[in-house]
Amino acid sequence: MVLGLALPSPRRARHVLGRNLVIYRRAWPLLATGVLEPLFYLLSIGLGLGHLVGRVDFAGHELAYKQFVAPALLAAAAMNGAILDTTYNLYYKLKIAKTYEGVLATPLSTADVALGEIGWAVARGAAYSATFLGVMAALGLVPSPWGLCCVPAAALVAYAFAATGMAATSYMRSWQDLDIVALALVPMFLFSATFYPLTAYVGWLAVVVQCTPLYQGVLLARSLDIGTVGWSLALNAAYLVVMGLAAMVITGRRLERLLAA
Amino acid sequence: MVSARGLTKRFGSSEAVAGIDFSIRRGEVFGFLGPNGAGKTSTMRMIACMSPASEGTLRVRGLDPSRDGPTIRAGLGVVPQQDTLDMELTVLDNLLVYGRYFDLSRRVVRERAERLLDFAQLSERAGSRVDDLSGGMRRRLTIARALISSPELVILDEPTTGLDPQARHLVWERLYRLRQEGVTLIVTTHYMDEAEQLCDRLVVMDKGTIVGEGSPRELVDKHVSREVLEVRLGEGGHERLAGDVRGRVERVEVLADRVCCYGDNGDEMLALVHGLGYQPENTLVRRGSLEDVFLRLTGRSLVE
Repeated sequence: MVLGLALPSPRRARHVLGRNLVIYRRAWPLLATGVLEPLFYLLSIGLGLGHLVGRVDFAGHELAYKQFVAPALLAAAAMNGAILDTTYNLYYKLKIAKTYEGVLATPLSTADVALGEIGWAVARGAAYSATFLGVMAALGLVPSPWGLCCVPAAALVAYAFAATGMAATSYMRSWQDLDIVALALVPMFLFSATFYPLTAYVGWLAVVVQCTPLYQGVLLARSLDIGTVGWSLALNAAYLVVMGLAAMVITGRRLERLLAA
Repeated sequence: MVSARGLTKRFGSSEAVAGIDFSIRRGEVFGFLGPNGAGKTSTMRMIACMSPASEGTLRVRGLDPSRDGPTIRAGLGVVPQQDTLDMELTVLDNLLVYGRYFDLSRRVVRERAERLLDFAQLSERAGSRVDDLSGGMRRRLTIARALISSPELVILDEPTTGLDPQARHLVWERLYRLRQEGVTLIVTTHYMDEAEQLCDRLVVMDKGTIVGEGSPRELVDKHVSREVLEVRLGEGGHERLAGDVRGRVERVEVLADRVCCYGDNGDEMLALVHGLGYQPENTLVRRGSLEDVFLRLTGRSLVE
């Protein structure tokens, strides 16, 4: 027990991943979208728009625009995938199909369900970002061996957002409520120093941007990709870990209330 | 197999189950009979370790649900009131995936799934989507799914509500078979014929409490006469008829649309009614049933 919550069992939780795998084995084109989304952005904005932009300064390095934007897209894709999985997909299973009510009659607990669904989102996020990183490497956009660490960084982003998405979804009462998620997500995607450097903002606005969760992910991915690695990155990672853990506690409580009252 | 003492479930300020005692033996079919809102489902969910008791002690297979939930559930099959089948999976995958939740090996699950599809008469529909199944088929799949862990105790919450008569009989027939295999069954129902057909013993629940307990026969013998005469008069007059026969039959009850007279001999009661000059629109002589037990114990009819 931690904070009044039963701890999940990874052994039981893995069967939730197994269930999702059975579905996606039959619907694998759906999985491809997770890789295509950042790829389309990379082609249109990174390569296309990049011609007009020229070079961008990041941590003392002059980067080609596509080099600047590619790792940010990797982080943003991890966020979008995790949110999609834990909001719309989860809402359907939680409120519409009542999938979990059947699951909870088995040895699985609400904590196992939460861990399983978050684990699934992380596994998907990691698989997407590994594939996308391969594409980046083929385009010569992974200059440093540290770049390989972009995959665990993306998994961490997926973890933080999956847990948060799940916590938020547990409060949703209708499909309309889910639109609020888009309202928070789209600006974060556009303004978290994803497409232009932090220096574009006036002082206080730059501080606000540095506080957003996606900014941590973007900074991590970009620094690792080009190999400007320092201890300060541990702070960005810690931010995402804490965010994920806090959201998991909320999720655990909420699911217990919704499903096991 | 299951024992409860002072078992209570509260939701906020309302008390769904108000301190009930019961014990269920291995190998029997035990029923909870009562109208909607009597507290049957809350009781089932507590036994299934899907909802914590607010008060009282509960033991399932000798274990305490508040401590050993996952262990108890591992040996339990649950058929909830609403089919909670996985709508994103096929019929066969519903069984395969569910079996994995019990940590059974893929090989064991596959073997059992094929046997259970046969048991549920769904082998032909193995690849169908759950959406495409009829209500009766879904119910049978839900029962098959509850059996994937080869449980020694199966909990069925209103197993045949919403099914047509043919589908109900098929479900009942499958449940008999389970009983013969020695599986302990707990069944809730608001159908007295279902309780009479299936249950070795049952409790009658009303407003969160147990108002009667015994085998269907015992309950009828104890609370109701051997035979019942139902009389429907054309226009009103039910109260007057009841007044006229009261004292001359064992007991009389006035319902919304009929008068029930209780006694040892239905035909004699009918002769009495005719002798008093009544010309009923229709009459029925039948044996006393659980429906009458419920009426006797609660003053209300079971299905309103």
